[in-house]
Amino acid sequence: MSIPLRLTVNGERRDLVLEDPRVTLLDALRERLHLTGSKKGCDRGQCGACTVLVDGRRINACLALAVSLDGASVETVEGLANGDALHPVQAAFIAHDGFQCGFCTPGQIMSAVGLIREMREAGESVGDAADVERVREGMSGNLCRCGAYAGITEAVVAAARAEAQAGEKAA
Amino acid sequence: MNLFAYTRAASIAEAVTAAAEPGAAYLAAGTNLLDLMKGGIATPSRLVDITRLPGLDAVEPQPDGSTRIGALVRNSDLARNAHVAKTYPMVAEALLAGASAQLRNAATTAGNLLQRTRCAYFYDPASPCNKREPGAGCQAIGGATRIHAVLGWSEHCIATHPSDLCVPLAALGAQVEIAEAGGRRTVPIGDFHRLPSDHPERETVLEPGALVTAVILPPEAAAFSGHARYLKVRDRTSYAFATVSAAAALTLENGRIGAARLALGGVALKPWRVAEAEDALTGANPDAEAFSKAAAALVAGAKPSGPENAFKIELARRTVVRALTLAQAGTPARMPALPASPFSHAAGALHA
Repeated sequence: MSIPLRLTVNGERRDLVLEDPRVTLLDALRERLHLTGSKKGCDRGQCGACTVLVDGRRINACLALAVSLDGASVETVEGLANGDALHPVQAAFIAHDGFQCGFCTPGQIMSAVGLIREMREAGESVGDAADVERVREGMSGNLCRCGAYAGITEAVVAAARAEAQAGEKAA
Repeated sequence: MNLFAYTRAASIAEAVTAAAEPGAAYLAAGTNLLDLMKGGIATPSRLVDITRLPGLDAVEPQPDGSTRIGALVRNSDLARNAHVAKTYPMVAEALLAGASAQLRNAATTAGNLLQRTRCAYFYDPASPCNKREPGAGCQAIGGATRIHAVLGWSEHCIATHPSDLCVPLAALGAQVEIAEAGGRRTVPIGDFHRLPSDHPERETVLEPGALVTAVILPPEAAAFSGHARYLKVRDRTSYAFATVSAAAALTLENGRIGAARLALGGVALKPWRVAEAEDALTGANPDAEAFSKAAAALVAGAKPSGPENAFKIELARRTVVRALTLAQAGTPARMPALPASPFSHAAGALHA
């Protein structure tokens, strides 16, 4: 069985031939395209370490069949930085100590990027105490066994506020 | 995961034909199915991918005041749909209280109805389970039963249905539209899921190949938008299935209850709705006494399926009273930052 599959990954068109329909998006990224930033934590949609954006929205790559996503656009942690310039969410995770061992971090960062987009699309403001609660809920699909949640929440809130301020200046 | 054949359906007719083949299963997002396949609990011989079927991904208000929700509408899109959030706020609140953002971005409306129980014994191929293998027995009975049923269970199965979305849909009297070989029909959601009885392996009224194409909220469901809440009690504040949940909706006329809608989640193999509970509220003063009477009517006949779940009966009663109290206070203008949580503060997304 050979199944042709076309994805756009981090802006680049990638053509693949799958020998088996069982390949998940996560395995296609890691094993076929050698983009190993997205992590296989639980492989059952419970931990969020595999979070990537598909057509702009964050999903669990371990629970999506690659064959079903033919034609989709995928963003992974490898596509965030612009050369040596980190994405603002990546920089915020460093500034706020949003990790310890780092295994969950690519998924956390992709989830945060997705969350900030979702909040922007929904017209949600970022500026008061309830934001912390909103961010905690919005990031609850990403587990961190080191327990770096305090830093992660600070990083996401800071990145969301920075983006909101930049948006206001632009407007 | 077992090897399977893969078919991408181009039309509903083609999908229904392909999925009628023994061993075939529909694939939409796959968020529940792939998990079950990885665990060896589901072993379909063919997956019929319906994600490219046209016309199933829209939320469409109808001229008669009903709303048609396509089977493939994603949970997050449904929750953020301005018409749904405004007209059926407890549907949006229930959706946003479910799973994680990643899962809500993928999971579909029909997939939510058709998700399987989270009974740990069902999920463990080494445990006998009458759902997986009729007649094998039920390991949950006499086992760890904290999440199991207190209503509608049988000596063959004590599982619960895990959906949040289905609870307000049941309360609002949604209809499920089904395409099958003989044409299309609609079934009230209250009749869609089966109680376990002697055949826990039969979970819905769907025949082989039948495809859910839409969920329809009837015109009268719109009357409750001003006083509707979903309340979910769970072991952690987010990303957990309900221990017990309640959807409560009221219309208030001159200080009295005009009509009431009420359903419980997490207590049975389907959302639990009882006409007597709603009747007890109709025309009553919206006070603690009326709410307690309705709650008692809703859990009438409840019986623990194990010593560990006896607490759920009182918890269900209190959750109903609290949900009714919240509904009476009025739908908040903004969705709480922690939707459906008893611990939520104000703010969050607009109800539109």
